[in-house]
Amino acid sequence: MDAFRDIVITGLLLGGIYALVSVGLSLQYGVARVLNVAHGEFIMVGAMLTWWLFVNVSLNPLLSLAITGPAIFVVGFLLHGSLYRGLMRTSGGSVALFEGKSMLASFGLLYVVQNVARIVWGSSVQSYQFLERTVTAAQIPVNRLVALAFVLVLAAAFYVFLSRTRLGKAIRASAQDPTTAGMMGVNIHRVLAICFGLGLGLAAIAGSLLSMLYPSTTSMGLGYTVIAMIVVVLGGLGSITGSLIGGIMLGFVAQIVTYFQPSMTVIAYYVIFIALLLARPKGIMGK
Amino acid sequence: MKTSIAIPKKPRRLLAGKETTYLAVMVIAFVILLLVPQMTSGYLLTLLTEILRYIILAVAWVMFSGPTGYMSLATAAFYGIGIYVAAVFSGSVSFPMLIILAGFVGFVIALGVGALTLRLRGVYFAIFTFGLVLLVQSVIQEVERLVTHTRGRFVVTESTLTGYYAMFGVAALTLVVAILIRRSRYGLALQSIGEYEEAAAHSGINVVWTKVLIFALSAVFMAMAGAIIATRRTYIDPGIAFDLNQSFLPVVMAMFGGMGSLLGPVIGAGLFTEIQEQLQTRFSNYFLLIIGLVLILAILFMPNGIVGLVQKAWRKIRGGRRAPA
Repeated sequence: MDAFRDIVITGLLLGGIYALVSVGLSLQYGVARVLNVAHGEFIMVGAMLTWWLFVNVSLNPLLSLAITGPAIFVVGFLLHGSLYRGLMRTSGGSVALFEGKSMLASFGLLYVVQNVARIVWGSSVQSYQFLERTVTAAQIPVNRLVALAFVLVLAAAFYVFLSRTRLGKAIRASAQDPTTAGMMGVNIHRVLAICFGLGLGLAAIAGSLLSMLYPSTTSMGLGYTVIAMIVVVLGGLGSITGSLIGGIMLGFVAQIVTYFQPSMTVIAYYVIFIALLLARPKGIMGK
Repeated sequence: MKTSIAIPKKPRRLLAGKETTYLAVMVIAFVILLLVPQMTSGYLLTLLTEILRYIILAVAWVMFSGPTGYMSLATAAFYGIGIYVAAVFSGSVSFPMLIILAGFVGFVIALGVGALTLRLRGVYFAIFTFGLVLLVQSVIQEVERLVTHTRGRFVVTESTLTGYYAMFGVAALTLVVAILIRRSRYGLALQSIGEYEEAAAHSGINVVWTKVLIFALSAVFMAMAGAIIATRRTYIDPGIAFDLNQSFLPVVMAMFGGMGSLLGPVIGAGLFTEIQEQLQTRFSNYFLLIIGLVLILAILFMPNGIVGLVQKAWRKIRGGRRAPA
């Protein structure tokens, strides 16, 4: 029974974090058309930054969320405005060409971010203690419950932002048809840059939360990028709701497999991926 | 019914001027590389082996991804499979058999992966191959853990000289196959898939099989390169064999050199390996950082690579004298 409860809570938590990460990637690919293979590196930056702030200025990790998220958002916004916009210009309006180029540029970004981080923070595994004590009745560390609450609130807030606000509407319109959205008065370059920035911001926030739960290193990013990519396909390319559902599903699967045989998780992800490609390549919410 | 259209005949030579020089350069390079071991040994030979290895990987990558436009990130997976096949069968079969066997296993696995993913849009393929290295790595790790109860394997080593000649042979084979494919009907079919897949399908090309077959063929050379490298190491485990950088670096090299011709990846691999050696010995910490920056700048400012840049400069120098062909 205890095992079952652990799987449910950790699965929901991990799933929520995967969902945040994947919604970020989905925004980048679905709207800005950048298949960002450096996505996981910004999770790493969020995690390492949070660890560094906690150890050096003893900043509460939950407060670092408010720093890492916006800071990385600005980085993403500027990155899209310079690098990816430059690539859009040289691609001459061809979406396929831009997708190829932007993915290669993301590789460059992956190397740059990961190695700058390694030079700054080294390559050893870092962790810190925060809210480690358990709730007496349930034996669950408080940090997991707090992180879970944060994930749920963030996911809900993001959903409301996309479905209710003007900017959210502009983002959804640009995802469907950028040209028409542009004609309706949406400043398309600004919206794309915001989407890219938001994607990275969500990744950084997920990283901050992860650093509370698991040890972090500068090489942790790639694994999360793979997970996020599988989730995005699982949910349907470009579908935000799909990414939320897919993330939570994969989180549960990961937790169940980890409980029985931790070394099999990557294989489990791929079994799901292959089954999906065979049965429903559009993804859960794909059109 | 037979109709003949009169084609105005050009004065014919055995080969066009440009092709003669191209061929001559290749023959000279071939002979020099064949004779190098007579003149030198040790470090230079190891460096040349390394360059040839990256030429194989980059050219094999361009063979599939160049014309079709499908971004494959599976190079490290097939290269690693080659390494592992060599490790498993090392000692029980001869060295040439080892290389052939690795190529065969790479072919079969690539056939499966291709058949599964190449029916779908390109982005699914890119995503699937992106994590393939990690998948193969953990599958092998599990199999070794459960079946053979080992973490790694020892490999019977070959001499530097044998390794060099083997790598040289495979590199020559890769280039010849790549050139032949480029000039064949099959190469045209691949090109047309890259241009407009629906139109290619409508003009009678079996789009899926054309893609799958070339993908599997390119994996043969990657696996062969892996098998040769394995015999230069003494110990192999899944962590060593499957290194994601081996997927990225050939792409970077091909981009850097230019993907318009086969010369691009060769130049890119040669230059980049040398730069890599220099950087690794002088500033090992900044090596990958510099590679990343170079990649970003190359994509932004020289979309056709070094070869494209040189061609552009050449056209400017000669400009006016001859009208563009």
